[in-house]
Amino acid sequence: MSIVFWMISALTLAGGLAAVLLKNLVHCALAVTVAFAGLALLFLQLDAQFAGFAQILVYIGAVAILVVFAILLTRNSETPKEGGVFSRTWLAGLAVAAAVFAVLGWAVLAGAKGLPGGAAAAPAVTVNEIGRALMGRYVLPLEIVALLLTAALIGAVIVAMHETLNVNGNGRAK
Amino acid sequence: MVEKADQIFVLLQHWLVSFFPLAWQHAAGVVLDVVGIIVAYPTLFALAVLMERKGLGRMQNRYGPNRVGPFGLLQPAADGIKALIKEDIVPFRADAVVHFLAPLVLVVAVFMGLAVLPMGRNMELVDMDASLLFVFAMGASTELSVFMAGWSSRNKYSLLGAMRAVAQMISYEVPLLLSSVVIVMMTGSLSLTKMVEAQNHFTGIFPHWYVFTPWGLAGFVMFVVAAMAETNRSPFDLPEGESEIIAGYFTEYSGFKFALFFLGEYVGMFGIAGLGTTLFLGGWSAPASFLTWVPSWIWFFLKVELWICFFIWVRGTLPRLRQDQLMNFAWKFMLPMTLVNLVDAAVWRFMGEGWLRWVVCAAIVAGAYALMGRGGMRRQGLRPRSYRYAE
Amino acid sequence: MLGEGILKGLAETARNFAGSYVSKERLTTVQYPEERLPQIEATRVFPFLVYDGADWEAGMRCVACQICEKECPPKCIYIEKSKEKKPDYVGKMQIYPTRFDIDVSVCMSCQICVEVCPFEAIKMNTEFELATEDRFGGLLLDRRALAKSNEYYHTIHPTEAGEVDARLAEEKAKAEARAKAAAEAAAAKAAAAKAAEAAAASAPAANAPANPQAKQAANPAANPPAAPVGGTSAAVAKPENPKDASAEEKPADGGE
Repeated sequence: MSIVFWMISALTLAGGLAAVLLKNLVHCALAVTVAFAGLALLFLQLDAQFAGFAQILVYIGAVAILVVFAILLTRNSETPKEGGVFSRTWLAGLAVAAAVFAVLGWAVLAGAKGLPGGAAAAPAVTVNEIGRALMGRYVLPLEIVALLLTAALIGAVIVAMHETLNVNGNGRAK
Repeated sequence: MVEKADQIFVLLQHWLVSFFPLAWQHAAGVVLDVVGIIVAYPTLFALAVLMERKGLGRMQNRYGPNRVGPFGLLQPAADGIKALIKEDIVPFRADAVVHFLAPLVLVVAVFMGLAVLPMGRNMELVDMDASLLFVFAMGASTELSVFMAGWSSRNKYSLLGAMRAVAQMISYEVPLLLSSVVIVMMTGSLSLTKMVEAQNHFTGIFPHWYVFTPWGLAGFVMFVVAAMAETNRSPFDLPEGESEIIAGYFTEYSGFKFALFFLGEYVGMFGIAGLGTTLFLGGWSAPASFLTWVPSWIWFFLKVELWICFFIWVRGTLPRLRQDQLMNFAWKFMLPMTLVNLVDAAVWRFMGEGWLRWVVCAAIVAGAYALMGRGGMRRQGLRPRSYRYAE
Repeated sequence: MLGEGILKGLAETARNFAGSYVSKERLTTVQYPEERLPQIEATRVFPFLVYDGADWEAGMRCVACQICEKECPPKCIYIEKSKEKKPDYVGKMQIYPTRFDIDVSVCMSCQICVEVCPFEAIKMNTEFELATEDRFGGLLLDRRALAKSNEYYHTIHPTEAGEVDARLAEEKAKAEARAKAAAEAAAAKAAAAKAAEAAAASAPAANAPANPQAKQAANPAANPPAAPVGGTSAAVAKPENPKDASAEEKPADGGE
């Protein structure tokens, strides 16, 4: 629990809070990106190099961009929502968030009991071992995830193509 | 003596660090290395800008800048002074915080990417196991800064330029990564230092650079094209299309912030050139076994300068690609070619030593290129245009 | 094959780059303040007034006829005539301009003033580096600034100046020939008049037919020189005729 850990955690929490409290939606998206960066730094601090860099590459490099594109291409007005950022059903939201947190916390703590005592060194997981695990023990989940992603891609293309066909009356499909 | 010349910067750093008390020596060493990079790369940037203007000039049958110093050598200084004293205009309705942060994010991401490049023997700032992944992660962060710049200007055309730029950079990230995955396959590690060391062997006088293999050559060509697209460099410079949307996503920037964007773009070019050198051209290793007495950092920077010259050469030659041509090229040609290249490298690996694997692999790559190239050109439908008038 | 065009393009650019260091046609820049492009002879920028000889006031060819002022499309010429006259290149007395201003910020270099000038007095200069810091009067050139010598005219437009000089010399020669012929005619007339007077003193009867005969002999002698001059004066405007008359008058005056 060093000073670096506290600083990075503060940054992550600040990013997360800003993401829900800011008025301008694009500012919120950028704050979420800061939270992603904080998470990546936490991974790096725990010596999980692959996870940290993959977090930056995937989340900041792709997901954040996707979120921003989605905001920009679907909202017409850029003026922030009137009436503050708190919705009227905030109590229900708080209850759901607490329930999810409780489930996750119970899962983590139940798994943590099986670990050896606190300061024992976790096995150094190199990229080599991750690769071997993916190709050896976890190859079936890998293939299923790939299939899922391909299906999503094809679905997106079909949806976009249908829209193009509907917009251009004489159905000039590419 | 040769060793000393080769390690001169490392020795210099050790000597300077020895002046600090023991507890601070590690931090002082890191800071000195960082200072070295921050001094060296902007100097290279200034020289690259001058080289570009004079090189482009000569290719266009004119002199480049030749008034400011002898042969125009003080032109970058004049440009720097001009950028510093220009008024910093922020549009009234622009988002001031994001507008301010965008060039900073770009410069930070780009300089971070330089941290793991092995610029000579024992001369990388940080030696990580997954350094290749780190460089690509930093490259992905530059896209965010481009978007921030375009959006915060509250300018339709800036936003359009930013969208185009981000779409282009994301599309070309895929061939960039896939063409370097081939190198990772053959080296067996993600670490850039190990990749250079794997290429530092010689048979006779020829070096074992990966570019001299069929899959390496194909990967190199695709890496060069994808690198040009990643750094928004002609002929892929539609996002900053100077004749179309003025300056695209950095239209609303003036003075020092523009200079920072410019710096970020060129240092990004150096970073990608350095990465390409490390992956394909053998990093700091010498081109022939009788030239190993030349210091390693000289070879590295020479190769990076050759890349920059090639970029300038291509900029002076080719017209700009349209957005749909860009995207078609990335997804319909480069992605299949990189996948074929992966198969090719795997065939190379499992065929064992001998001349046969050279022939087979070269045939696979050349065949795929010819087939896809022909397909690409036929699909263009190059017919005379037919016009339909409004009546 | 895909990429062939790119390689050809790269080769062409490389050829340009390397060639720019060795051959002049691959580096066509003329570095302006130090080098200048050679101007062709027919270059025209702004007008100037030609003067013959060494004194710019006495030798100026302009006679303030104001034709160029009237013909100038943007009306950039302003002329004021003098009250007295001075002799021109053939010796005839002409008025001269006391004020001849051209505003070169208005002048459009159309050369109409040169085309209509009957006296070959205004020609086009080739000097274009006339930038000045004086916003309101710096580009208004007066008579002194516009006056340049005939030798200067020869240096900037040699062929044209040669032709002009030949034409003027021819005019001058013709005028002199006419003057000489008129002088001879006048002298012959004077001699005939003297002879007639002398004959009248001695034989009044023989004088009457002799005088008209002498006169007619003198007149045909005078007319043929007049006729060719009159023929060429159709090409030149009417000032030639007063010149003839004055040429005849002066030797007549000088003769007496």
